[in-house]
Amino acid sequence: MSEQVLTAGNNGAGHGSDHSAGHEEADGAPHSTLKGYLWGFGLSVVLTAIPFWLVIANIIADRNVAILVLGGFAALQILVHVTFFLHMNGKVEGGWTLLSTIFTVVFVSIAIAGTLWVMFHMNANMMSGHSDMVMPDQSSTGQAPPR
Amino acid sequence: MSELAYPAGTAGSPPHSGPGSTPAALRRSDRIAADNGSGVPAGAAVARQYHLAEEPHPPNGTALGFWLYLMSDCLIFAALFATYGVLGRSFAAGPTGAELFDLPLVALNTAFLLTSSITFGFAMLEMQKQKVNSTLAWLAVTGVLGLCFLSLELYEFSHLISEGAGPHRSAFLSAFFTLVGTHGLHVTFGLVWLVTLMVQTRKHGLIPANTRRLMCLSMFWHFLDVIWIGVFTFVYLMGVLR
Repeated sequence: MSEQVLTAGNNGAGHGSDHSAGHEEADGAPHSTLKGYLWGFGLSVVLTAIPFWLVIANIIADRNVAILVLGGFAALQILVHVTFFLHMNGKVEGGWTLLSTIFTVVFVSIAIAGTLWVMFHMNANMMSGHSDMVMPDQSSTGQAPPR
Repeated sequence: MSELAYPAGTAGSPPHSGPGSTPAALRRSDRIAADNGSGVPAGAAVARQYHLAEEPHPPNGTALGFWLYLMSDCLIFAALFATYGVLGRSFAAGPTGAELFDLPLVALNTAFLLTSSITFGFAMLEMQKQKVNSTLAWLAVTGVLGLCFLSLELYEFSHLISEGAGPHRSAFLSAFFTLVGTHGLHVTFGLVWLVTLMVQTRKHGLIPANTRRLMCLSMFWHFLDVIWIGVFTFVYLMGVLR
């Protein structure tokens, strides 16, 4: 099984040149360029500066809109880093890097979104009847009741 | 090429070779036959031994394996981010993120880490040109920037603890220290690794083993920067909102 997988990975990486033993290390490193790094750096400076400016200068009044905008900038910047710094594309390793990354992204989204969904749902259900429990995310009570 | 498409295509299904034949041996002989057929008029026995030894190892296996490690590290951080997401508003009547976080300090820290990412990129470019001294110089710059990041983070932590906002104060602060501290630990070990590789490179030069290690470290370092994007966005910036 694993042998098959490795063979398949080798296949996509370009079968023809890989068998000459001397080229192993030269082919090993992804070929990065100065231009790619500078583009990545420039883009991430912009994509970092804008969210900081938005929050420090208090541009967006609505909290939910702000969270969406900040999350969007973060996702964009992560994409920039993965593309320009980690040299991710569909061709590296015959696509296995991309495949494992997609799997991770799906797993991480399910883990985080699922956790938040379940836990806050549970918080809401367990609130009733326990007036002494402080649940700060319920904005209606606001202040913590005195112990 | 066609014989390579065959194992890839049937990777998920059980081998359906003819009765009485061993599938592994069959596949191996298929590949040998194809290799001999690909234009190299090799003397049969010697060529077969060579290809059998080399075939199961793709040339860039280390990079893929290290990438899989990084992805599993991602899962650790996913768990910590999820924990912070759940507990991030449980202040226990203690200080909130808006009261504690010093955004200009965080911005400076972010700048350190982001700049260290591109200086590591410059080191990799010099490494590709096989220039030992300039590679070492850029690695040193990267290390100094990483050290600045770490010192600033430790200063922030000690400041919070001295204010009574340590990890024991509230669930929010426990989750905060665990998440940011785990990232800081990664940076710490990255720095140890960096110094180790600088010594190795100085001693042995940019031999293939060292370039491979440096490539792994560069992936690790860029990966930490990616995680930091999540930290400064979801912990610091969103913590200050409202």
